[in-house]
Amino acid sequence: MNIEWLGRQFDNIVFLLGWHVLLAVIPLVLGLLIALPLGWWAHRSRRIYPLLVGIAGLLYTVPSLALFVLLPLVLGTKILDPLNIVAALTIYTVALLVRVVADALESVPEDTVQAAKAMGYRSYQSLLKVELPVGVPVISAGLRVAAVSNVSLVSVAALLGIPQLGSLFTQGFQLRFFTPIIAGILLCVILAMILDGLIILLNRWLTPWTPKVVAS
Amino acid sequence: MNYLFDPRHWTGADSIPTLIGEHLLYSLIALAIAAVIAVPLGIYIGVTGKGVFLIAGLANALRALPSVGLLILLVLLISPAFPSKMGYILPSLIVLVLLAVPPILTNTYAGVRAVDAAAVDAARGMGFRTMKILTDVQLPCSLPLVLSGVRSALLQIISTATIAAYISLGGLGRLLIDGKAQNDYSQMVAGAVLVALLALFFDQLLAFITRRVVSPGLTRRTIKSASAAEAVKTPVTV
Repeated sequence: MNIEWLGRQFDNIVFLLGWHVLLAVIPLVLGLLIALPLGWWAHRSRRIYPLLVGIAGLLYTVPSLALFVLLPLVLGTKILDPLNIVAALTIYTVALLVRVVADALESVPEDTVQAAKAMGYRSYQSLLKVELPVGVPVISAGLRVAAVSNVSLVSVAALLGIPQLGSLFTQGFQLRFFTPIIAGILLCVILAMILDGLIILLNRWLTPWTPKVVAS
Repeated sequence: MNYLFDPRHWTGADSIPTLIGEHLLYSLIALAIAAVIAVPLGIYIGVTGKGVFLIAGLANALRALPSVGLLILLVLLISPAFPSKMGYILPSLIVLVLLAVPPILTNTYAGVRAVDAAAVDAARGMGFRTMKILTDVQLPCSLPLVLSGVRSALLQIISTATIAAYISLGGLGRLLIDGKAQNDYSQMVAGAVLVALLALFFDQLLAFITRRVVSPGLTRRTIKSASAAEAVKTPVTV
């Protein structure tokens, strides 16, 4: 490790890290917001479930680099536009979470739903105040997987020249220089761990009724 | 789309069929190595309960590692020692295997764990030896999960093999990387479409194989237990 190089590159690395965070987190939030209604729809209708989960599975099979390249055709963006990365990762996040949200709602005990109904909750109130909160642990488990894989997938965009931590890898490759590569890998792993930890905390905060010992 | 339908790109040394062949060759070699490592290990951990920490820890840690960074790091480390083509083939294969082991390992483990204990006891009661229980009861019963692990591993491999074109590995990723270098977007699109089709094809192929080789008795049971709540409402007619 060449500490001196890292010192000189500090501003640039912070800039890349900032972009990496944006490119990983925005799709995560967007993906969750889109997956919630879709997952609810899949949960409600037995015919829609296999259809939505099937489409999600097909989208999830498309390799990331291919999706980054194909999206400009659909969106009309330039190949270097970071929007392609946001769109691609949003698609992956939705594809992963639709099933998770549907299964989370499915996992809510029937008695709980019946109890809410008996207490006079309308169906949307029951969904927002009972079923979704009870499903939070399952949803956050899926969200953790999506968050960690997003961080890793963002770095693939470096091959197209979109700046984020992956740029440190291509830079290191061109210079035959280990320092940026190792720094990039470490920062990616740390970022993934921080996001993972934040989702665990969020889950705990949203589900105060669960026992404090959490099996991960 | 011009690139894809130009007959010149379908014959010769760097033609599309050659690239598909290379892509498949590397992918299947990596998948085979990963399966040879992960399936026995998963069975061992599942049956004995030793080394369970490997399952959760390894799978999550490896998912966080950026594959591009890992590829480039290994190439810089290994290629000085192997001046020939092995200088980039070897690191690529290592990364592909590394990424493919966790899904197969965790699914094999989960599959073996999920086998109905009563079925194992029944087999033992019928006089099956431990080895025969493994090959005739536990393995067939865990096959659906093992195969679903293989399926996600293969997708991961096909996707990452594309990226490995950056460190000069052959395969369909070449079209994407070379197209980028030459500012030839139609070549990149051709590569992207072909890689996506390849992934979809193999995903569906494995889904088909899973349906063919998994014992029908098993799938019926899974359907019943998976939707137990529904089964109460609508009596199952078998």
